[in-house]
Amino acid sequence: MISYTFDFSFLLTTWPAFMRGAWQTILLAGSSIAFGFVLALVCAIIRSGKSKLAAGLVGAYVEVIRNTPLLVQIFIVYFGLPSLGLRLSAETAAVIALVINTGAYGSEIIRAGIDSIAKGQIEAAECLGLNKLQIYWHIVLIPAVERVYPALSSQFVLLMLSSSITSQISAQELTAEANMIQSETFRSFEVYLIVAAVYLALSVLFRVVLWAIGEVAFVRRRKLRT
Amino acid sequence: MSVNEAAGTRPRNEAVPGAEPIIVVDNVSKSFGPLQVLHGVSLTIERGTMVAIVGRSGSGKSTLLRCMNALDETNGGTIKVCGNAVAMSDRASVKRLRTDVGMVFQSYNLFPHLTVLRNITLALTVVQKKARVEAEKIARDVLALVGLADKAESYPEQLSGGQAQRVAIARSLALSPKVLLFDEVTSALDPELTGEVLKVMEDLARQGMTMVLVTHEMAFARRLADIVVFMHQGKVWEAGPPAEIFADPKTPELRQFLSSGL
Repeated sequence: MISYTFDFSFLLTTWPAFMRGAWQTILLAGSSIAFGFVLALVCAIIRSGKSKLAAGLVGAYVEVIRNTPLLVQIFIVYFGLPSLGLRLSAETAAVIALVINTGAYGSEIIRAGIDSIAKGQIEAAECLGLNKLQIYWHIVLIPAVERVYPALSSQFVLLMLSSSITSQISAQELTAEANMIQSETFRSFEVYLIVAAVYLALSVLFRVVLWAIGEVAFVRRRKLRT
Repeated sequence: MSVNEAAGTRPRNEAVPGAEPIIVVDNVSKSFGPLQVLHGVSLTIERGTMVAIVGRSGSGKSTLLRCMNALDETNGGTIKVCGNAVAMSDRASVKRLRTDVGMVFQSYNLFPHLTVLRNITLALTVVQKKARVEAEKIARDVLALVGLADKAESYPEQLSGGQAQRVAIARSLALSPKVLLFDEVTSALDPELTGEVLKVMEDLARQGMTMVLVTHEMAFARRLADIVVFMHQGKVWEAGPPAEIFADPKTPELRQFLSSGL
């Protein structure tokens, strides 16, 4: 039987690096979520809009992204774009790739919400004299996002976890920090166990924050507990 | 419910002599693809009257109502509301129409994510640009009118069907329309809840609100409508005061319709 003695003593000197990594992941994922949400919203609006050409282009983007690996998308942005003269830092490339990725998944979720708005709702708003833009904002978009918010939140937590693979282009974040510590201490098992625990804590943190945002943004959700 | 059973009729509103009719439908046709649902319908609705449109499913009565409010486009003929021609393609005309006409639907169509109060104030603040305080005062007034002052902070899903429909009526009333259209507003309600909605409509009629309703509530139409319009196969088959329509139907179709126990 193989015996293994756990040794976490390296933590005494390396914990600031873990904390730094966690903070970098929060920044990386946080900005990707914010921009990704905006992109998802815009894509969902275009895709459920009247222009067939625009909807088709967005549809193609969504399908390409959803059917190729995130890692490859990251490589294309980081290693591919410099060929076009666009040299990006690893972190910028990571954010761009994550935004493009989550924009595609998020737009499908939001589109489902938009599709779920009954025609009668729009007719009622028309009869009350709201113009197209007002109807789209008050009667379509807000309730649509409210309806799919739980699914959207899960997608965003998934994005945070997926951000770990940006360590492959040495973006500064938690997994990259862990790789460094591991190469210095050779305590792979311990290092990645700790990283897993930190990711778990980050997931809880993201869920709580996203939940709190939902509570503030969607009053009905708070009042009726639906 | 007494509304359905009471036999008395309300005093008829006299059409103001010389006043222009509020809605004039002239030779209107409407097709959905190959299916023609309205065949040259003409109808005049006077100010301050209640007109009940009755008929079988598929007779075109709901479509006629929707055409009056520019929710469906007509394929021929003209509709004038408050002197203005209704045309879906003409934005200014539709905008004017929205201020003149309120509509209540079978499925209430309350906005589920908004409180009852906000359902009512939305158009007041967003369309009419009223201040929030003023809008809320109007909203509470119309809620009191339909007997739901205590439901202002509720959400639509917390209401019964009858309450939801009364809120929908209040929401239309808040915008002070000149005419209210009711599209089978009690068809989704059980008899008890139907009564409370009809009571609200009766109050409105007594106050002189011009109302056009597509309905299956024959007792209500008989008791309160000034004019009953029987539609059949996309045409106005017979129209007249309820006393004539119900007591002395001229056509076999109306006779059959009335005897079918609707």
